[in-house]
This record gives sequence, C-alpha cells and structure tokens, in this order.
Amino acid sequence: MQILLLALRRLAASLPTLLLILVGLFLLLQLAPGDTVDALIAQMGGGDPAMAEQLRTFYGLDAPVVVQLGRYLLRLVTLDLGFSAIYGKPVAEVILERLPVTLLLMVSALSFAFAAGMALGVLAARRVNRWPDTLISTLGLVFYATPSFWFGMMGIVVFAIRLAWLPAGGFEQIGSGNTGLTRVLDIAWHLILPVATLALTYLATYLRIMRASMLEVLTLDFVRTARAKGLGETAVVLRHVLRNALLPGVTLMGLQAGTMLGGSVVVESVFALPGLGRLAYESVVQRDVNTLLGIVFVSALLVIAINFIVDMLYAKLDPRIASGR
Amino acid sequence: MLGFLKRYARNPAAVVGLLLVLAVIGMALSAPFVFPRDPLSLAGRPLQWPMDNPRFWLGTDNTGRDIAAQIFHGARVSLLIGLVATVIAIAIGIVIGAISGFYGGWVDDVLMRVTEAFQTLPNFILLLVLVAVFGSDITFVTIAIGIVSWPPSARLTRAEFLTLRNREFVQACRVLGMRDAQIIFREILPNALPPVIVYASVIMAVAILLESALAFLNLSDPNVPSWGNLIGAGRGVLRVQWYVSAIPGVVILLTVLGVSLVGQGLNDALNPRLKGR
Repeated sequence: MQILLLALRRLAASLPTLLLILVGLFLLLQLAPGDTVDALIAQMGGGDPAMAEQLRTFYGLDAPVVVQLGRYLLRLVTLDLGFSAIYGKPVAEVILERLPVTLLLMVSALSFAFAAGMALGVLAARRVNRWPDTLISTLGLVFYATPSFWFGMMGIVVFAIRLAWLPAGGFEQIGSGNTGLTRVLDIAWHLILPVATLALTYLATYLRIMRASMLEVLTLDFVRTARAKGLGETAVVLRHVLRNALLPGVTLMGLQAGTMLGGSVVVESVFALPGLGRLAYESVVQRDVNTLLGIVFVSALLVIAINFIVDMLYAKLDPRIASGR
Repeated sequence: MLGFLKRYARNPAAVVGLLLVLAVIGMALSAPFVFPRDPLSLAGRPLQWPMDNPRFWLGTDNTGRDIAAQIFHGARVSLLIGLVATVIAIAIGIVIGAISGFYGGWVDDVLMRVTEAFQTLPNFILLLVLVAVFGSDITFVTIAIGIVSWPPSARLTRAEFLTLRNREFVQACRVLGMRDAQIIFREILPNALPPVIVYASVIMAVAILLESALAFLNLSDPNVPSWGNLIGAGRGVLRVQWYVSAIPGVVILLTVLGVSLVGQGLNDALNPRLKGR
C-alpha cells in the first residue's frame, strides 16, 4: 500500500514535467517555418491567400500564440488532441491507429533485450575473465556500437533477400484475410527482424549492467552464508544473487523507455511498419504540428507510465524500499 | 600521470580502442591528400563492386561517387559532429549540474524539472522536432545533437557537486570570501570533472550514432559526405549492391567501438580498483 502511495507521489511529480514539455514544444514549433495550412496548400498544389486565411481561421491559427497555447492545454485536459489537417481526422484517432504496432514492438524488444541481456550477463559473470566472458563482453560492445538501422538493413539482406526466410518489411501479409491464430503467427513472423534490431543496443546495455551488478553482489556476505549452508551454485545464483542483481537493470529499463521510443522511429522506417515512430517522422516532414505534439504527449505519457510500473516492480524485488519509507 | 598511462597501456581493449580512434583521426586528416577531389562528385560508372576497378577499391555508389573517398571525408564529418556536439552537451550539462548541485533549494528543483523534461522526451523525437524547426544544415544538426544529449552529464555533475559542496576546502574558500562563480568553476569543478570527462566518450559515441540515424532518414545535411548519408543512399540498391550500405555501417561500428573502448579504458585507468567490473 505504502509503495503505491510512493509511486503515486512520483506520478504526481511528473505532471509539471509533462506541462513543461508541452509548453516548451508548443513554443518551439511556433518557430517552425510554415504552418499546417502552408503544408496543406502545398499538398493541394497551391491556393490563393484568401483561402489560406480562411483555413487559418478554421484551424484557429490566427489567434495570438498564448491564446493558442491556452486553448491547446485546455483541450488536452479532456484528452482532445486536436485535429490533424493532413490526415483529415482527429489526432487521437490517428495516434490510436498507430499505437498498438509501436507498443507491440517496444514491449517485445524490451522483454527480449532484458531476458537475453540478463541471461548473457549472468553467464559472463559466472565465467568472469575466462573465454565465455570475453566473448560475451566483446559481443556486447559490438552490439552497442552498431547503428540499429544498419543492423536492420543487413538483417534484411541476409534473412529476407539471400535466405528468404523472413519478410523484408510490413506488419502483416496485406490482403491475406488471416484471422485468429494464423494472423498472430503472421504478425510474429513479420516482427522477428524489427524486434531483434530494436533490442540489440539495449541487450548490450543490460548485459553489461547485469554482469557488473552480478559481480558486485557475488562478493557480498549473504552469498557466502548461502554457500556456507550448503546451497548448490545454481540455487545461490538464481535465488539469492539474481534477485539483488536485477535492481540496476530494472532502473535502467525505466530510464531507457524514452530512448527506445526514439529508436523505434528508425526501426519502423527501415521495416515500413505503420507505427507511432513512422508517424512522428511523417508529421515532421509534413509539418503536421498537431499530430507531432500529440505524439510527444503520448510518448511522454508512455515513458511516465513505464516508470510508474518500474517503481512498482522495484518494490516487489526489494521489499526494503516499500517498508523503508 | 605515468602510472595512469601504464595502467591504460596494460589494458588490451583500451589499446585497441585507441588504435581505432587514431585510425579514424588519420583518415580524417589525410582525406584531402588521398582524395583531393570533391567526394560528392561523379567519379566513375555507378555501382562498381569493390575491387572490380583498381581505381575504386571500395567501389562506387548508385550515383557513381567513390565510396572510399566518401568514407575518408565522412570521417571528418563524423568526428567533427561527435566532438562539437559532445562539447556542447558537456558544457550545458556542467553549467546546469553545477548550479543545481551548488545552490540546491528551488534552483535545484527548477533545473532538475527541466532536466527531467528533457529525459522524459525521447531524445530522437526531440531531435526530429529540432531539425524540423531549424532545418538540417550541418551546423544546426550538430548543435541539436548537443542539445538533446546534455541531461546525463548534468545529473552526473550535480551528483559530484552534492558530495563536494560541503567539504572543508569549499568552506575554506567561503571563509576567504571567494565569489560563488569562482568557487564553482575554479575550485569544485576540477574535482568533479573526471567522471564527466569519462562520460563524454558515451556522449560522443551516441552523437555519432544519432547523426547517422538522422542522415539515414534523409533529415541530415545532404551536402556533406556523411557515413549515414551513404547508408541511406545505399538503401535503394540494398537488394543486390548491399555493399554500398554495408561498408559505411562497418566504419561507423568500428568508430563507435573505438570511442567506447577508449572511454572504458580511461575509466579503468582512473579507478584501478573497479577494474574487471
């Protein structure tokens, strides 16, 4: 209960941050050359100034900046993200259409990176400074240094073009009319390469953190006690060391949620996935200010939500945090 | 100092990293002599495989530009972007972290809120917004990368300042009547700097990766021979002439690897007790 209160307090503390982001970004986007109406007219292939004025009045772009900002924030309270002139429908709708793909991609990549990074980190720590450790640590460094989009492209060359095992892009087979389990499997098959691409960098970080914290925890007194009472090495590692060594990794998960969302912009673009990241890229190119602000709002919410979950997880792993307060 | 160099040299990974970084610096310095022509100009028949033509030992890309020339000149661009963006990020981070850690109270609260805001926002998305607003001129791309990368260094500096600000030597400075700015930058900062400098290698590695990702999305400056631009250009011919994208990718990988290894080597040499962790 106490931990819930603590986490809720942290959640409340993130509200000013969110406000700061929105105001800052709104003002920043005012500096952008051209507005939505300019982009719209360019898309229509030109138009006269009178029509432009009319459109500006229609979208409320003729009001002073402060008034526009006030209006925007007021509407946000009711979760109304405004109207996207480019897509011709409410921003909330556009984002909701794209959100599941990104969420699926992020959650899969995060779980994969965390699980694999943990396993490799434990393995490396158990064989510290011997060849498995050297191999795993080197691999981690190389993964960390690889540009993710390049890894994705090379994945396409090898697995989609040469071997023809995996699809080169897209979210699912279009027009196949798959339903139920076949559709799930089809999507999973399409997501193997993107998830591996996005997970790579994070896998490397988790691996390094996990290895370091395993080594640290292994030197603590309670580990010696566990060994002294006759526990096998596996039991010591799994039941005593791992649980304590997980904490830094879990912290990192919260910190990296934002980075991962940024990474999915690139990965979604490589694999032509219809997700939030691609939408962000498209709205930058199309100067769709409302959609861009909406995406930033939603991604900030996502990061805050992930940090909330991480807080709860943290207390689950280390009861001292909940009772210490 | 000598002991530090010795400790550094005893670490094989750090030495490999240093060699990689030196190789990239060598490429950047020799680019105008080895490839005096404009690397973005037409050099020969497009899409020649590496080694096919002795004149183009890394081949040509889809618009007939020499890939080797672009790699050499790209080293200058990547190093410059990495260095300048890192200096910007560290400078912002140090100032904000120092003020916030030194004064504490509401100043700290406000500055940390701002830092948090920057950290909550996915940095690549912020970078996209900045580039959309201010354009993708190479100067601005570099500044924008610096602007999105400062929060960790601010937090690091702040943490150092929090532990240092009540030490005896700082109290002595106060008693001597030194001004705050003097205490912060002349007395505390030099003591707080080592971990921040080590962290600079991480920022530089990320900066190089950020620029290449931006270039890959066609949002960086198209008029400079950047490695990311070349990867992006190779995307259209990925199916058969995959080497156009593969070569610059390997170079980015090796550069970032070198920078990270040097950073890790510095860290190990500065904190010998932590080695092997």
